[in-house]
Amino acid sequence: MIVEIGHFALILALVVAFAQGTVPLIGAHRGDALWMAAARPAALTQAVLVAMAFGALMHAYVTSDFSVLNVINNSHSTKPLIYKISGVWGNHEGSMLLWVLILAVFGAAVAVFGRHLPPGLSARALSVQALIAFGFLLFILFTSNPFERVALAPADGRDLNPLLQDPGLAFHPPFLYLGYVGFSVAFSFAIAALLEGRVDAAWARWVRPWTLAAWTFLTAGIGLGSWWAYYELGWGGWWYWDPVENASFMPWLAGTALLHSAVVVEKRDTLKGWTIFLAIVAFSLSLLGTFLVRSGVLTSVHAFAVDPARGVFILVLLLVAIGGSFALFAWRGPALMPGGLFRPVSREGALLLNNLLLATATAVILLGTLYPLFIDAVGGAKVSVGPPFFDSVFVPLMVPLVAALAVGPLLPWKRGDLAGALGRLKLAFVLAAAAVVGIWFVFDRGSVLAVLGLGLAAWLAVGVVVEIAGRIHLLGIAPVASLRRLLGLPRAAWGMTLAHFGLAVLVAGVTASSAWKVEKIQTMRPGDTVEVAGYTYRFEGARDVQGPNYAATRGRFTVTRDGEPFVVLEPEKRLYPVQQMPTTEAAIRSTFLGDLYAVIGDAEGNEGGFVTRLYFNPLVPWIWAGILLMVAGGVASLSDRRHRVGAPGRRPLTTEAASAKA
Amino acid sequence: MRRLAALVLLLLAWAMPAAAVDPGEMLADPALEARARDISKDLRCLVCQNQSIDDSDAQLARDLRVLVRERLAAGSSDDEVVDYVVSRYGDFVLLRPPFKLSTYVLWIGPAVIFAGGLLAVVVFYRRRGGVAETAPSPLSAEESRRLERLLDGDGRA
Repeated sequence: MIVEIGHFALILALVVAFAQGTVPLIGAHRGDALWMAAARPAALTQAVLVAMAFGALMHAYVTSDFSVLNVINNSHSTKPLIYKISGVWGNHEGSMLLWVLILAVFGAAVAVFGRHLPPGLSARALSVQALIAFGFLLFILFTSNPFERVALAPADGRDLNPLLQDPGLAFHPPFLYLGYVGFSVAFSFAIAALLEGRVDAAWARWVRPWTLAAWTFLTAGIGLGSWWAYYELGWGGWWYWDPVENASFMPWLAGTALLHSAVVVEKRDTLKGWTIFLAIVAFSLSLLGTFLVRSGVLTSVHAFAVDPARGVFILVLLLVAIGGSFALFAWRGPALMPGGLFRPVSREGALLLNNLLLATATAVILLGTLYPLFIDAVGGAKVSVGPPFFDSVFVPLMVPLVAALAVGPLLPWKRGDLAGALGRLKLAFVLAAAAVVGIWFVFDRGSVLAVLGLGLAAWLAVGVVVEIAGRIHLLGIAPVASLRRLLGLPRAAWGMTLAHFGLAVLVAGVTASSAWKVEKIQTMRPGDTVEVAGYTYRFEGARDVQGPNYAATRGRFTVTRDGEPFVVLEPEKRLYPVQQMPTTEAAIRSTFLGDLYAVIGDAEGNEGGFVTRLYFNPLVPWIWAGILLMVAGGVASLSDRRHRVGAPGRRPLTTEAASAKA
Repeated sequence: MRRLAALVLLLLAWAMPAAAVDPGEMLADPALEARARDISKDLRCLVCQNQSIDDSDAQLARDLRVLVRERLAAGSSDDEVVDYVVSRYGDFVLLRPPFKLSTYVLWIGPAVIFAGGLLAVVVFYRRRGGVAETAPSPLSAEESRRLERLLDGDGRA
């Protein structure tokens, strides 16, 4: 019964989305206030309906209702409750429902927080939002219905892929989707602005918090996925330039560019067309990411053709949404009047450089990700585009970005003094050089590029500190006055500082972990010892343990350093009987300088020997710390009163916005 | 449909747990083994979603790892080993695509994209600069300072 209510609510949501996608749009075109006013209640209704549908599916999962096909395929009665819940989005149908739920919630949030928006802009944006929802609801109802029942309910389900039964991955998709779908708000506002033919500082002010929120969620989502890959897949890596990873990374890069160009629109009323373009690109890449992951096209374009209903549907959706919005941009974009002038050496100039490098990186990754599909589709010899390609094209773009990032925030708007800014960075240069020399002597087998990478990270980190020290006139005025300035800094300034510092930490972690990883693979019998990066691992043997829905072999290592006990590591190798699938659970102990990482493999011989893989992964915790700092920066910036979406009335209104409000 | 769902899950999980290189396969000579590992990292496991043979525990990946080590032990250079593997499995096995007709776009593309972007930025500055230059009469330094003060009231960013 509840399942049918959910199904029905979803159909109703489709109807509401259609109404919301048409009535306010026509109303805005005709200047009919009543028709425009339909947008807000419709957005709220739609959110409630989709939430009902999602709740119904979750209920079916939690109560293990095996009369529902989707639950049979992805759940099992013995599965822990948290994975019954995460199982809702651990499959195609449920994840699309989550996608639409988040879209509807964002729409409702725009309706609630956007009360003070000009009615035309708000009506149009909510309509565009509803049109996206309409497309996806059609997709769910016609090709991916999670509410399908079976005539004869089996006794139990087929279980969720054991790899997905993990806390990191349980929350990876919701965060990722909050990011993907969050860019829909910037997209809807961009389309609305194109329809209105007006983009101004006020528009940028409304769009920035939404973009920032989406960016923050996406950063967290990618971080969670990467973290999961690191500890679950058992090879000590955290990024492989896999198409699925790229699918989430491209919107992130475009979103990061958008975040920065929107600042220029807000402060200087210029780069407007470009910012609109980026808003369209960021969401288009989110759609593309959804398509790539959901259509099966990645395995092979031929696999995609075998069961084409879904793939073709998303492809058409993609063409309509992306093609339509770019056509609109081509038509209305040139009419956007450029505003304030600036020199190449200026804050705007630095942000434009940031945009050039980020946009190029996005395009390059898109090229590398789609190229094999393209070659396959035109019938050429199959090619693989793997990590070596991406590393060799991505890193050269990021080096100047990170190097310039230390300088950019020191430049004033409009016209800057490069020599002056570099002069202020003398300390950063000296410390970075010292770091390079120091590291060179500590790791005598180090690669030159890796050492320079760490120097770059040090340059950025010190540069960020120099910038904030300048803001509070540290050393220039009395310390108490400096402290008062520090506490008085706007949260957005803190946000930028945290995020940029986080990037420095991330760069250090990425560089060190790829350059100085230590790996020992061997067969160990109980009592054997192996030394890895100064730590001595003694294998104590392995025993069988029984988990709630799996059986495991648990190994035990006593790790000592200089003869002193350091830690006991207990990696597991699990077998999930329902899907007959093994997983590895690495045992990890993080230290400031790196992770001790132990994996147990198959039994070898009959003396209790096991294959063991022991790693020391330098500075990997810095990767997670860097991502956390970036997320914290996003949150800090969002909490700034000037950005707070709920407080638009308190900021100075432009005359246009004021008259529209009146 | 279930097959597709499984596929999607596989994609979502983007890689299987890797318990790749086995102690049994490893070469006794550490220098040779290190070379084998380096070569393996750039060779694709042909039956996997997107893994190198060094990371994959598929049987085919294992066979390829053993093959690489056999050739190395027989005295082949790194390039000879890679060429041999490519002669048997084609370019698809290379995670770093070769530079040839079918991949010119791939390898030259990034430079072209960057150059295009750079050009657009230069044109942007030129055009804006041009607009400023055709303005009736340039302001004196004092005038522009005053104008700036007036336009940018609080002087803060």
